[in-house]
Amino acid sequence: MADLKTTLLHNLHLSLGAKMVPFAGYDMPVQYALDVMKEHQHTREKAGLFDVSHMGQVVVRGDSYTQAAEALERLIPVDILSLSEGRQRYGFFTNEAGGIEDDLMLANRGDHVFVVVNAACKEADIGHMKSALEPAVKVEEITGRALLALQGPASEAVLAALDPRAAEMRFMDVATLDLNGVEAWVSRSGYTGEDGYEISVPSEAAEDIAKALLAHEDVEPIGLGARDSLRLEAGLCLYGHDIDTTTTPVEGALTWAIQKVRRTGGVREGGFPGAETILKQLDTGAPRKRVGLKPEGRAPMREGVELFATENADVPIGQITSGGFGPTAGHPVAMGYLATAHSQIGTTVYGELRGKRLPLTVATLPFTPANFKR
Amino acid sequence: MKFTEEHEWLREEGELIVVGITEHAAEQLGDVVFVELPDVGDTVSKDDEIVVIESVKAASDILAPLDGEIVEINEALADEPGKVNDDPMEGAWFFKMKASDLSPMDEYMDEAAYKKLIA
Repeated sequence: MADLKTTLLHNLHLSLGAKMVPFAGYDMPVQYALDVMKEHQHTREKAGLFDVSHMGQVVVRGDSYTQAAEALERLIPVDILSLSEGRQRYGFFTNEAGGIEDDLMLANRGDHVFVVVNAACKEADIGHMKSALEPAVKVEEITGRALLALQGPASEAVLAALDPRAAEMRFMDVATLDLNGVEAWVSRSGYTGEDGYEISVPSEAAEDIAKALLAHEDVEPIGLGARDSLRLEAGLCLYGHDIDTTTTPVEGALTWAIQKVRRTGGVREGGFPGAETILKQLDTGAPRKRVGLKPEGRAPMREGVELFATENADVPIGQITSGGFGPTAGHPVAMGYLATAHSQIGTTVYGELRGKRLPLTVATLPFTPANFKR
Repeated sequence: MKFTEEHEWLREEGELIVVGITEHAAEQLGDVVFVELPDVGDTVSKDDEIVVIESVKAASDILAPLDGEIVEINEALADEPGKVNDDPMEGAWFFKMKASDLSPMDEYMDEAAYKKLIA
C-alpha cells in the first residue's frame, strides 16, 4: 500500500473517521461514520460532499476555444465546437474498433476546453490527447487543484450561501465562483442523479472549502460506497464495468451523447476513431445493448452474473456489469448487456446466481427519477 | 455460547445448536439487505458455505460450523433482513442444526476469547 497516492483531503478523511480503501491507485474513503446506506439516503434527501480529487482535470488550449474544440473532436464523437461558453457536455474517447477508451466531461470555459476524466484512465487519456493533438494545441493536466462534488437537493442553498451566483446556474452550466475569496471552477452536474455541483479549487484552499461546506448542517461527507449505489440507481455508467474498450457507444446506450452534426449526413460527420463502426451501428443498431435490470426477488445480482433467456437455456444472452441494492429504490438494481433481441423494456430474463436461475425484468433507467435543475 | 473465527455464535438449545452472526460481524457488514438460508432437511458438512448475506456493500458467506442436519431456519429474515443489524445475537438467528459431531465445539472460542479476537 506504500505506493498509494493520496488526495489533498486525506487528513480530513481520516479525521472524519473514514474507512479508507485503495481505488484507482489512491487511498480513498469508501464510507464514513454514517455507513453506505445512510450516506446514500442523506445525499438523496439533503446534500453529500464527495472528494473526487483523484479524477483528472485537464485544460486543452489552442489559439481559441474553436481550435481546441476542433482538435478534441478528432478523438471524441461529440459536438464540442458549438458548445456554448459556460456550458458542459458528456463525451468519451473512442478507439479504432469503436470501443470506449474513457468517458469524460467537457466544458467550454471561454478560451479553453476543460476536461474531467476518470482517475484510472487519466494518464492514458492525457498521453492520448498529447500525442494526437500537440503541438497544435496544448494539453495541460491541472495538478494544483482538488475536485469536490456537492450533490443532493440542498446543494444549491449550501453553495449559494458562499456565492449567490451558484443558484443562477442551470444543469450543465459552468462558472467561476468566489468561495470565501477562492477562485472555484464550478459545474452544475455530478454522478448521483441529483442536483449538485462539481467544484475545482486550488490545493491550498481545498481543506478550508471542504470544511466550510461540511459546516452546513445539511451536508455530510460521503464515500465511494454510496457514490456507486447513487450512480447505479441513476443509471450512470461506471467506466471499466458498464462501458469499456470493447463496448461501442451504441451498445452502451450512449447514442444521446453523439449529436447529429457528428453522425452520417452531419456537417462534421465522423472524423473520430472507430467512426465507421459507430456510424454504421447508429443506423442499423448493435448486436447487444446496455439495459437496466430489476431483479424480481430480493437477492442482489452483482457484476459478472450471466443472463439467460429462459430458466433452462444453455447459452447466455448477456451479463450484469453493475449491480447491488438500491437504497432509494428499495430493491436490488442492476445494469448489464443483453442481446438486442432480448433488450426490450419489460422482457423477463434469468440471472444465474449460486446455481439458481432467478428472474429479472429489463427496466427503464434511471431507477430513481433524476432531480436536475433544468 | 461459543464463537468461531468466522464471527458466528453457537448456542446450545436442548440437543440443537442455534447459529447466528455476532454484533461485531453485523456492524462490519453494514446494512443487510438479503439473507439466503439453507433448506430445512439439508445435510451439511463443517465449512460448507450455507448462508449468503448481502449488505449494501458486498455478499458474504457463512460457513456451517459443524457437520449435521438443518432442522429449522429463521424464515423472518427473508422479509426483514435488517434484523441482522438490529438484533444479531437473538432475533436474527439463522438456523438450528442437529450436529452429528459436536467435537469442534470444544475448539471454538468462549466469549472472553472472542472479545479478545475482535479487540
